[in-house]
Amino acid sequence: MSLVKTVPFQGTKEQEEKLLEMIRAHKGQKGALMPVLQQAQDIYGYLPIEVQKIISDEMEIPMEKIYGVATFYAQFALQPKGKYRISVCLGTACYVKGSGKIYEKLQDILQIQGGECTLDGKFSLEACRCVGACGLAPVMTINDEVYGRLVPDDVQGILEKYQ
Amino acid sequence: MRSLEELNAIRDKIKDHVGLRTESGQTKDGSVRAHVLVCAGTGCTSSNSLQIADKMEEELKASGLDNEIHVVRTGCHGLCALGPIMIVYPEAVFYSMVTVEDVHEIVEEHLKNGRPVTRLVYDETVTEDGIKSMHETHFYKKQHRVALRNCGLINPEDIEEYIARDGYQALAKVLKEMSPDDVVKCILDSGLRGRGGGGFPTGRKWQLAMGNRGNVQKYVCCNADEGDPGAFMDRSVLEGDPHVVFEAMAIAGYVIGANQGYIYVRAEYPIAVNRLNIALKQAREYGLLGKDIFGTGFDFDIDLRLGAGAFVCGEETALMTSIEGNRGEPHPRPPFPAVKGLWEKPTILNNVETYANIPQIILQGADWFASMGTEKSKGTKVFALGGKVKNVGLVEIPMGTTLREIVEEIGGGIPGGKKFKAAQTGGPSGGCISADNYDIPIDYDNLVAIGSMMGSGGLIVMDEDTCMVDIAKFFLEFTVDESCGKCTPCRIGTTRLLELLNKITDGRATMEDLDKIEEIASYMKQNALCALGQTAANPVLSTLKNFRDEYVAHIQDKKCPAGVCKSLLTYTIDPEKCKGCTMCAKNCPAGAITGEKKKPHEIDPNKCVKCGVCMTKCKFDAIEKK
Amino acid sequence: MENINIKINGMEVSAPAGSTILEAARIAGIDIPTLCYLKDINEIGACRMCVVEVKGARSLVAACVYPINEGMEVFTNTPLVRESRKKTLQLILSVHERRCLSCIRSEDCELQKLCKDLGVDDESRYDGVKPVYELDESAPHMIRDNNKCILCRRCVAVCDKVQGIGVIGANERGFKTHIGSAFEMGLGDTSCVSCGQCIVACPVGAIYEKDYTQQVFDAIADPDKVVVVQTAPAVRAGLGEEFGLPVGTGAEGKMAAALRRLGFDKVFDTNFSADLTIMEEAHEFLDRVKNGGVLPMITSCSPGWIKYCEHYFPDMTENLSTCKSPQQMFGATLKTYYAQKMGIDPKKIVSVSVMPCTAKKFEIGRDNQSAAGVPDVDISLTTRELARMIKRAGLRFNELPDEKFDDPLGEGTGAAVIFGATGGVMEAALRTAVETLTGEELKELDFVDVRGVAGVKEATYNVAGMDVKVAVASGLGNARALLNKVKAGEANYHFIEIMGCPGGCVNGGGQPHVAASFKNANDVREIRAKVLYDYDKANPIRKSHENPSIKKVYEEFFGEPGSHKAHEILHTSYVKREINKIPE
Repeated sequence: MSLVKTVPFQGTKEQEEKLLEMIRAHKGQKGALMPVLQQAQDIYGYLPIEVQKIISDEMEIPMEKIYGVATFYAQFALQPKGKYRISVCLGTACYVKGSGKIYEKLQDILQIQGGECTLDGKFSLEACRCVGACGLAPVMTINDEVYGRLVPDDVQGILEKYQ
Repeated sequence: MRSLEELNAIRDKIKDHVGLRTESGQTKDGSVRAHVLVCAGTGCTSSNSLQIADKMEEELKASGLDNEIHVVRTGCHGLCALGPIMIVYPEAVFYSMVTVEDVHEIVEEHLKNGRPVTRLVYDETVTEDGIKSMHETHFYKKQHRVALRNCGLINPEDIEEYIARDGYQALAKVLKEMSPDDVVKCILDSGLRGRGGGGFPTGRKWQLAMGNRGNVQKYVCCNADEGDPGAFMDRSVLEGDPHVVFEAMAIAGYVIGANQGYIYVRAEYPIAVNRLNIALKQAREYGLLGKDIFGTGFDFDIDLRLGAGAFVCGEETALMTSIEGNRGEPHPRPPFPAVKGLWEKPTILNNVETYANIPQIILQGADWFASMGTEKSKGTKVFALGGKVKNVGLVEIPMGTTLREIVEEIGGGIPGGKKFKAAQTGGPSGGCISADNYDIPIDYDNLVAIGSMMGSGGLIVMDEDTCMVDIAKFFLEFTVDESCGKCTPCRIGTTRLLELLNKITDGRATMEDLDKIEEIASYMKQNALCALGQTAANPVLSTLKNFRDEYVAHIQDKKCPAGVCKSLLTYTIDPEKCKGCTMCAKNCPAGAITGEKKKPHEIDPNKCVKCGVCMTKCKFDAIEKK
Repeated sequence: MENINIKINGMEVSAPAGSTILEAARIAGIDIPTLCYLKDINEIGACRMCVVEVKGARSLVAACVYPINEGMEVFTNTPLVRESRKKTLQLILSVHERRCLSCIRSEDCELQKLCKDLGVDDESRYDGVKPVYELDESAPHMIRDNNKCILCRRCVAVCDKVQGIGVIGANERGFKTHIGSAFEMGLGDTSCVSCGQCIVACPVGAIYEKDYTQQVFDAIADPDKVVVVQTAPAVRAGLGEEFGLPVGTGAEGKMAAALRRLGFDKVFDTNFSADLTIMEEAHEFLDRVKNGGVLPMITSCSPGWIKYCEHYFPDMTENLSTCKSPQQMFGATLKTYYAQKMGIDPKKIVSVSVMPCTAKKFEIGRDNQSAAGVPDVDISLTTRELARMIKRAGLRFNELPDEKFDDPLGEGTGAAVIFGATGGVMEAALRTAVETLTGEELKELDFVDVRGVAGVKEATYNVAGMDVKVAVASGLGNARALLNKVKAGEANYHFIEIMGCPGGCVNGGGQPHVAASFKNANDVREIRAKVLYDYDKANPIRKSHENPSIKKVYEEFFGEPGSHKAHEILHTSYVKREINKIPE
């Protein structure tokens, strides 16, 4: 396995102080790991290695155990979600109409892989299954907005709307 | 609060007030003449019920009616499909699908002039003799509310309304008049069985944890990690009547000698979490949780723990492991939690609905509870009725009600005149009940006997358009996502089962694959570590048992009889009906449709991706799928 | 203890209360197959190999964790049970990389044996999607191959519960569950101490040491190289198991013969440098006591322990003895003293060690372990790797004559050979320290208080009017508990021996695999340790300072223990490490 890369950490001093204070408030409390992780995620929006390291060091729990817990529960995220969440439908209808190319184009422009978030936290990209808009294939959504009948050249222009 | 007298004083003060919504139908001094109940459950709030309540208060104030008419934000009423719901008491006029814009009219017409707004009340309540009470509707008439008795009736954020409904009286009675043995006997005699799935006798569970009294730390836990897709009765109780859970947990704590409780609640239920926090604060302020409750020397407090999105944490050992701060993986029993549970201490765990029955059993007696239901399944059960049925929502009915009564009468039947095919109960652990068993009285043992189970009470109705292989696949997909991965049978078995089902719905399967499915499914039942793994194959086994011919049709004839499984469908254009309007060809994402204008078109099956767009676009009903 | 009566397959069985079905069945002469179960370490009932029928139970139950109760009726050999176990194996095989012929664990793989014993005739019946994992080769000592992993979690339990490190665990869930480290980082980036206990725990070929046998064969084949081998004390207590000899068979003589036949130019013994270690360490200890040095002094023989201390008790590295480990002392002496004496260029010497240990592979690459300007030890093999070489060379091990080590670095005492068992270093040091302090000959050489497999042992000895308080810990979880007490001021010692592996080197991460079925019923640590204590008893010289070769090496080369020269060559330094370091 290779190291799970997370977006370069941009945590602030304030966030760290908040985290440390929160962990201290749970000191000595039995079974505090879950609430600590939940609140840490509230503070940072996700649980990158930098945050898990602090929790591990402070709570004296092996980081692997924390990571094992964080990856067990669906609620915990290792990657931040972007301000704008892009989903590209890779369902059959969209796929045959070239949604794969749209997806590639997005990866290209944004310089991220699926499941990742851009360094500025603006866009995150993921593939999804059929969104029920086959008539508009190929389709992508940005937050709740649906874009259909796309060709790769449309992508740049659409992204610019969100700059 | 230090005494029962104080509790009674609050009850008596408020009872009159809450009484407007119940049997008495009026306040004693007549100062308040109406209550407008607005549902603030998850379903209705998502369609703006809170804004409706605000608007109502605003309008009432503007009209100077705010002293005589009160707005009450309540928990769920059950008929979520008709939300936002508003009930006007004392007449119990049932408004459904209300919008903020409707509020003014309701105030003017109904509340000022006494003329209910007919166009906004639920259809069924409109009769020639005027508007019926909501309690007269099919949906509510057959129901018998025990666990849900306060849901939709009281303001869950006001502990005094709970107290007015005899809240905490059971705890007072237990602490002052009953020994732990008396309580256990009462629960045992009532015949109450766990409402979370297995149906283990609740009294027996408590009894097991009673042993070894004395100075042993023990815990009382509440499973509020309701995870079955489609089931939301626990959420409803937590949102609509949180104190009933605290009261029951405190009673349990008294019985086994525990002074700490944990409620493990889904983080996906933010409203419930919020209400629980408010209620906890109030209960502590009123001295109903904390030290020396009612001056009896009994201490009991409760902490909330939030789940983090793992279905398996509904399994008791997994839930406790999760509270301890670990991956929520079940461990083998014995030792049972009653002996070695949370942090290896004796622990009892019941689900929300089970607890919601306890105070009433204490107050009204075991015999009262045991008078409802069947021989081995006493009391009532809440079902989340869903799928192909008109009235989608929560219903609480006595055990032993038949499936037909639930679907046809309470549920209002199947829409579109379609035929009942099966009902699925027990969620991913359950199975399908076929039409042959439409009249079987529903209780724990009957459901198991026909290859399903009670589960937490999801009840999904399916008609002839439902493909049973597809349904099995749906549940398997869920289980594959939610398997914890600890034991071999569930970790690998669920994935293999899903792969084989996919082969079937893709038309790639052979009859040997069907053998493999049966092998793996029955193997999992015997070999998986926890109850969830052991039952994970139930949706497959029960559909296979009841609808084997459907599986065979997929495999041998490469047909999906219900017309659901895409790979097995072919779309064709009936040349007789086709007018050559070209709408289908224009909209086909795959470019599979060709034809000249005004002449019948054709679908190239090699290009068709079976998305069905053509069918929705055709105005002449010319496209067929088979 | 009270007994409980049950019926197994219709036969009456009486077993102690608290027994599991598995244990009761053993009493009845029935072996129930297990895979994930390691007694007291991994009792999670996860693999479902050991399922049996219990009358009245709704489903099959896991015999490994199911307690017996009076009147219980168990069936271990019904068609349902046999079919279930077989399907469990077939499902495991459907995600297992079945390259058995080239697998390092072929023939001592527990999965392979079960498949054979339980009659798996169709290994691909339930084949489907199989996850593909990259190998983790980042650690200096081992490779982790999740493609072979069966998720029994024995490695996880050992790493976390026994060693208290927890750098590997289960990640993700469901079908995606796999063993890994935080953020899937390589083991080499974690605070893994290379103890290799996970390797010993693994039933299949998913975790194994980095194999250097080919490099050794190549060196032997190179006429320009002088290839010298040393063998650690514990190796002789385990090697025979690789050739079918019962656990607890000593193989010193045959091992020496085999090494010679493999073509090593000199066959020496780490026992020699164990004695040397005692000379230096006893001197260092007495010096610290006399001159107010940092106490307690803690032994430094175990490189897994050293790395653990550097990560988890960085503020206690001053407590560590500065003595190199016997492996490194040997290599250092070989490439300085011996090279000079024989007139060999140290660069031409290939210094090979055979160790019961995987951390030794890490240790040879540490800083400050190159006394002659070249690494003290070039290649460190495990006991298992040596066995592979012997097999590859076609040596009929059991028929080899018993031979002796070469002189002068092949001479060791009884004090040296017990280094391989927990408490052995302490006992050896006491034998020398007491005689040095009192100037009188010890009457009783056996310090029994520090023997045995208990995780932590303590004793106080009155030596020359002074109470010397000692403690011995083996297994890093035990070490942590002991050191936490020391740090908290709850316990006070002068001298502590710590070994990274539970039971000491006899149970090291480089020792032959023993099937869990044997380990669950026998204490392998104890059985192997007995071999060493027997060697000690049989040795006419049982005190390090009486080893003639040791006396000679001081006379000819080092001068006195603790001399400047000894310090330069035989001592080392430590670093402070973080527990959680974010990799680049």
